[in-house]
Amino acid sequence: MMIFVALLLGFLIICAITACLHKSLLASIVIFMAYSSIICIIWIILESPDLAITEAAVGAGVNSVLFFVTLKKINSISDKGDRQEVADEQN
Amino acid sequence: MSRINENFDSSVWGKIDRFVNGTEPETKETANEEIVRSRGKASFVGIEDTENLEFHDELALRQKEEDEKAIAKLREAENRSTGRFYKLWNRAYNVLAVLAALVIMALLVATVSYMPRFGEADNPVNNEVAARYIEHGMQETGTVNVVTGMILNYRGFDTMGETHVLFIAATTVMILLFITKKSVLGKEYKQDRAFEPKNDAILQKVATFLVPVIAVFGIYVVLNGHLSPGGGFSGGAIMGAGLILYVSAFGFKKTEKFFNEHIYVVAKVSALCCYVCCLSYYFYMGANGFDNHIPLGTPGAIISSGLILFIDIFVGTEVACTMYAFYALFRRGEI
Repeated sequence: MMIFVALLLGFLIICAITACLHKSLLASIVIFMAYSSIICIIWIILESPDLAITEAAVGAGVNSVLFFVTLKKINSISDKGDRQEVADEQN
Repeated sequence: MSRINENFDSSVWGKIDRFVNGTEPETKETANEEIVRSRGKASFVGIEDTENLEFHDELALRQKEEDEKAIAKLREAENRSTGRFYKLWNRAYNVLAVLAALVIMALLVATVSYMPRFGEADNPVNNEVAARYIEHGMQETGTVNVVTGMILNYRGFDTMGETHVLFIAATTVMILLFITKKSVLGKEYKQDRAFEPKNDAILQKVATFLVPVIAVFGIYVVLNGHLSPGGGFSGGAIMGAGLILYVSAFGFKKTEKFFNEHIYVVAKVSALCCYVCCLSYYFYMGANGFDNHIPLGTPGAIISSGLILFIDIFVGTEVACTMYAFYALFRRGEI
């Protein structure tokens, strides 16, 4: 169990650093989701399942979705394929 | 009228015209004009004149001078970024920034080392308040899950504030991002889903299986908040996430059949009002001669622990509505 916790904490630190330093915003958000999932497991190990449920739903779910939507709003995710598809359908 | 005048640019009318239109004539032209004026009138009359050759020479000279000035300016800027002093200053700035960050980090770590160790029995965290919650929580609130009893009963005022913060956040996002049908009379409004992957087969199949499961799990977490881990906020967040998955798979048109703006407003406002009513009952009854008439029931039964079950439901509705509203407002500026 100790090794498992140490591994999780190591992953946590790696995720936190890479989420800050990664060049691609999209990859940063995915790494942030991984961070939330890891911290969710850590909450369970610390015997606070209430927090774990909330972290999984908000941190890894809704929060990341909102980040993705914001990225799309500022045209940071390329959607050329989608636009082409729409144009084809309209024609 | 006065535009026919050849000195239009330097005349009063010209200045007013420039001021109104906000367009400055190019500097070169004004320079030419200056030369023209200094040389007297009617130099533009004949290009074949020998004087005009001189005039062109002069123009070329002026041009050259200006170019040299611009090049000198560029060199100066280049020196500023590559010069010795500025290089030194940049390096010193970086070193100083790292040093400042290290000093602050050391201060913070030193402060942390003065804190009591994690998990010790005689920490100041383990005082009579926590002991009271753990020992008497079940008799006083009727909840098996002490956390929910603590959040919604002992510290109900805090949770009410948090719910109001959620409400205000949703309202603020609405103020910033809400688009009415009148304000957008173009394609954007009709193409709310235009740039999403349309009718993605994988997403729709997965959503068909997952959304009912997520919804049932969310309702379970809300209704079982006083018996098992979870509660209003967690369950509401799960239900909101399920709604978002449904919307992103099937689009806003299908969602509007069971969740539109009217239902959103009614659900959100009435949930908040009912929540405040329940909590004010807790605030004013049960002390100073007023009896608390709501029975706590047997701990462990689904209908027990007084008003906590209802407060859970109201908080869950509020949170689910807020999550969905955030997504919808960000996505298309409408609920």
